[in-house]
Amino acid sequence: MRELSLHILDLVQNSIEAGANQVTLDIVEDRHTKDTLVIRVIDNGRGMDEVTCQKVLDPFVTTRTTRRIGLGLPLVDMSTKRCNGHLVVTSTPGHGTVVEALYQHSHLDRPPLGNIVETLKSIVIANPELEFSYCHTVDGAVFSLATKQLIEILGDIPLTQPDVLVWLHEYLTSNVMNLYK
Amino acid sequence: MKTIEDLKRLREQVQSETRVRQANSKQIIVGMGTCGIAAGAREVMSAILDEIAKRKLEDITVRQTGCIGMCEKEVLVDIMLPGEPRITYGRVTTADIPKIIVEHVINGHLIKEMVVGKFTE
Repeated sequence: MRELSLHILDLVQNSIEAGANQVTLDIVEDRHTKDTLVIRVIDNGRGMDEVTCQKVLDPFVTTRTTRRIGLGLPLVDMSTKRCNGHLVVTSTPGHGTVVEALYQHSHLDRPPLGNIVETLKSIVIANPELEFSYCHTVDGAVFSLATKQLIEILGDIPLTQPDVLVWLHEYLTSNVMNLYK
Repeated sequence: MKTIEDLKRLREQVQSETRVRQANSKQIIVGMGTCGIAAGAREVMSAILDEIAKRKLEDITVRQTGCIGMCEKEVLVDIMLPGEPRITYGRVTTADIPKIIVEHVINGHLIKEMVVGKFTE
């Protein structure tokens, strides 16, 4: 995948398919001191036992029944390894899973974060029952979003209401841009 | 810069108008498995949301789903209109979205040449 944002969308979809109704996404960029970019997806899905957890980076292992190979996590794993990084998957059956991908921020092969705004819009709008929190830090500047807060404000107005869509797009775009100032 | 306060104000404005129309909403579902995402599902999703905002469509629910096993036909977009079978369009690109929204979602006409599946639930 060309963008880390696409991997993020994929990881969150994994969480949803594991039955999660709460997902937290943390992106931590440290461009100067540690030179790292960390993506962490934490869910409260059904989790995996130790044996399955060790096998998830193998493309020939999947929980899917429609097809026998799963490429999501192996693709992330590959991209981290190209950039002096790593992928760590930790899971507790019945409690949930944490997926953490680390990249050397300045590495030439590191895919760009890409269009995180469209990834967030897709997650937030197309999964209204998901309690999703996002926290993005760039060298100490922080932007966070929680769907719970949005839904509390909106009440019975759906996130697909056209004016709400426009607001969400502008809100995310300006706040994410602001992180890199 | 847009703020949470703007959203609160927006809610006051739209509250009265929207509530009535939600009961019988039309659904658009985009396949967001690894296969869908790699084929451009996020861009298709963005195009759908843009079209809803542009045409001010109030009665549409947008959802995402995982891989359903037709990976070679991604991006898959399903349209469910109230009382009608679920229609699956395959190999959808952003360029197809205005047509699907206008012809099918708004006017209720199938775009036969793009249909890859039909499910009666």
